[in-house]
Amino acid sequence: MRAYTGRSAYLRTPQSMMPPARQRRKNRQAGPKGLGSTDGNGICRAYTPDGRCVSLLKILLTNFCLYDCAYCINRRSSNVEHARFTVDDVVKLTIAFYKRNYIEGLFLSSGIIQTPDCTMEQLILVAKKLRRDEGFAGYIHLKTIPEASPWLIEQAGLWADRLSINLELPTQDSLKAYAPEKDSVSITNAMSQMGERIAESTEEISRHALKFAPAGQSTQVIVGADATNDAGMLAASAGLYASYGLSPVHYSAFSPIPDSSKALPIKSPPLQRANRLYQADWLFRYYGFGVEEIASGGEGGMLDLDIDPKLAWALKNRDRFPVDVNTADREALLRIPGLGVRAIDRIIIARRHTSLRLEDVGCVCAGLKRVRPFIITADWRPTAETDRADLRQQLAPQPKQLSLF
Amino acid sequence: MDPTAHQYIELNGGADLQGFRQALRILTWSNIPHEQITWSVSAAPDLFGGGQLPAAYGSAGRPIILPRDVGDLIKLVVCHTEPQKYALLYELVWRMRRPHDPELRLYEVASDPLVHRLNMMAKSVRRDLHKMHVFLRFREVNDLVVGERFVAWFEPEHFIVEETAQFFVDRFTSLDWTILTPKGSLWWDRIELAIGPPAQRSDAPETDAFEIGWRTYYQSTFNPARTNLNQMRQHMPKKYWRNLPETQAIPGLVNAAASRVDEMIERETMMPIRKMPAKAIAALTEQGPASLAELNRIISASDPFLEGSNKAVLGEGPLHPAIAFVGEQPGDLEDLQVRPFVGPAGQLFDRALEEAGIDRQKAYVTNAVKHVKFVQRGKRRIPQSPTAGEIERYRWWLQKELGFVQPKLVVALGASAAHALGGKAVTISPIRGQHRFDGFNHQPGYITVHPSYLLRLPSEEDRDREYKAFVQDLKRVRALAL
Repeated sequence: MRAYTGRSAYLRTPQSMMPPARQRRKNRQAGPKGLGSTDGNGICRAYTPDGRCVSLLKILLTNFCLYDCAYCINRRSSNVEHARFTVDDVVKLTIAFYKRNYIEGLFLSSGIIQTPDCTMEQLILVAKKLRRDEGFAGYIHLKTIPEASPWLIEQAGLWADRLSINLELPTQDSLKAYAPEKDSVSITNAMSQMGERIAESTEEISRHALKFAPAGQSTQVIVGADATNDAGMLAASAGLYASYGLSPVHYSAFSPIPDSSKALPIKSPPLQRANRLYQADWLFRYYGFGVEEIASGGEGGMLDLDIDPKLAWALKNRDRFPVDVNTADREALLRIPGLGVRAIDRIIIARRHTSLRLEDVGCVCAGLKRVRPFIITADWRPTAETDRADLRQQLAPQPKQLSLF
Repeated sequence: MDPTAHQYIELNGGADLQGFRQALRILTWSNIPHEQITWSVSAAPDLFGGGQLPAAYGSAGRPIILPRDVGDLIKLVVCHTEPQKYALLYELVWRMRRPHDPELRLYEVASDPLVHRLNMMAKSVRRDLHKMHVFLRFREVNDLVVGERFVAWFEPEHFIVEETAQFFVDRFTSLDWTILTPKGSLWWDRIELAIGPPAQRSDAPETDAFEIGWRTYYQSTFNPARTNLNQMRQHMPKKYWRNLPETQAIPGLVNAAASRVDEMIERETMMPIRKMPAKAIAALTEQGPASLAELNRIISASDPFLEGSNKAVLGEGPLHPAIAFVGEQPGDLEDLQVRPFVGPAGQLFDRALEEAGIDRQKAYVTNAVKHVKFVQRGKRRIPQSPTAGEIERYRWWLQKELGFVQPKLVVALGASAAHALGGKAVTISPIRGQHRFDGFNHQPGYITVHPSYLLRLPSEEDRDREYKAFVQDLKRVRALAL
């Protein structure tokens, strides 16, 4: 089996591509003969020593591929050993793993064999057999092939919980350079087709319409394989969110692959870069930050790697602080470094009944160290702290001491 | 109950929700302050949900109404292993309901030390529940009676065995399974759930045939270039490792990681040794149906995009006709005969064509939606009109189909056909007449009503008038196309 799955780790589809926390069709459950459920809670089954979660059986139908994408181990010019699953193999393996509670569902992708249509039909067949023959009600994520005929994408949406198309590279030029067979127009066309259908299906839920990809669509971009900076990445994501109702974008740090193409950098970007992009993306989606605001926290369109983007923004906008947690509105609270959405919700409820002190804020958030210079409470007001020149040094994580022997 | 006397309450070990609920009712209605109560639990956990208070307490209890959040909090906290849990919970309820100065919304003050502590306890239980859902591994045993049977051994931190049952029942309804833990066991036979006594690890099977495959999969998902042990331990604490079959692979993976990365970076990029599959790459672009017959095969083999019939009703007529008519969707008769426009509306359509002097045999006739949509009510089929989304889903096929047919003029019969051809939902009356379908290669066209609309008109008079207008439209179509 390693022959197939070993490759998928290097496809750089992160294991964190997990089912979303809230599905539109929540709490689906199999009938008495079927198997499985989706309940919208965290679903990581195990963690590998790279700290990533294993939640789905994530495999390729085949690692043979006619495309020649430089970042992919399975490109046609690569010398990897090729292997192939049959549709029934995948169905059986999924069911056997699911019954033992190893996995939350299936994440199926494939190299392009014969034609995109032919490949897509095979992927759909797996999902269909799982649902129809095995009564499988667990989670299914299908990787959509953007070059496949549109009616196949329509069909995929009827069987899968989530569809995704990997954007891989954020600009058309990069795509041309690294993935010659891929075309950003067919990618965006397919994304918008799926986006439309997902939106319609949400509206038509009560009108006897079949559901289309109830968990929506997502995508992935590779960080650090091309020259796009963080601001460019975030702007591309913002465009995707706005145009295709897509959520979320996964940022996958480029890392060296065996048998790599000469077109690629040899070194991976700092691991922290993808993390910062995720944090920035989060600020954009849930904290009311604009892309320019986030980017302004760093330098030259790149995010600060040492501190998180919210803190970076706050340090450059010190005139907006301190914020009084007992009186400020939600938008202002969301800007405070160290306070998350949940902590803020708790503060807003609790302050109806009591006037919050510093210690009280400590009860609802993860720690006071980062929050303290930016807030006012009933018993605390940072005097010079907010404006200290060395505030950044104080709040940034200390570099690890090297040990000398 | 004497409100001034000190009370000693003994509940069952484990998560005695029932016992606590009963005690809560009696104590709150008797207005006993929390300082006057000593809570204790009996030594042996009673897993059979006895939960009876001694008769001496009488039946003074009546249900009390608590906010939902508090109910949820109690349900979680009683599962905790902390012996003080009942005292803390009672203190919360007492402070919310005491006769003088009640803190009605105390549970919302997350910063209050008591509320904070209870929230932390609930969080710990919630985490334990979650870990049990995901870290529990079934092993198959061959049961002579039921055949396939799955048994799991798990060691939860708190008394969560019962609380977690529903998750496994929902997910593995069709399997026979047993979950064994040191804090009790669950037995599911596909119909009923039984709660059993604590078990031992040796009661569970040693291994499972799929564990090797699973471990191999686990190993293969690890990226050696990204080793991050802290993050792994944070999400998957070591205490769970001994019952997880995949964790045996961790030491090997970690030890080999550095050398695997070096090897990847140092290895020279190799030249491709295989031949370039030039032919196959060229063939990539030649996908999709090459003829109408091939497209029709694809449509017939596909599943419907709506709830209804599985039979696709395909278009009918010659290629390169002067006129192609597009209707909405097949009806019952069409579905039965697998031909378009043969039902009552089709007969009316035929009559109108004849009056307008159009030969149906020479025209192409098809539908925007290829499957009939209906909802089954007993033996009856209740027909449904397609939604906008469904029309869009079928639109690709119609586009391809008319691409092969290449009619001189396309006639949209009704709003659904006009939507399918034009790409957006429309109302017929303002655009009835000659039309250019810009989304369809600027195809010259004509929009009129669907013949079934004529059948649905209530008065004879309206029907006559509309029928004449329809025939008039068809005459103009004929003039435009022939």
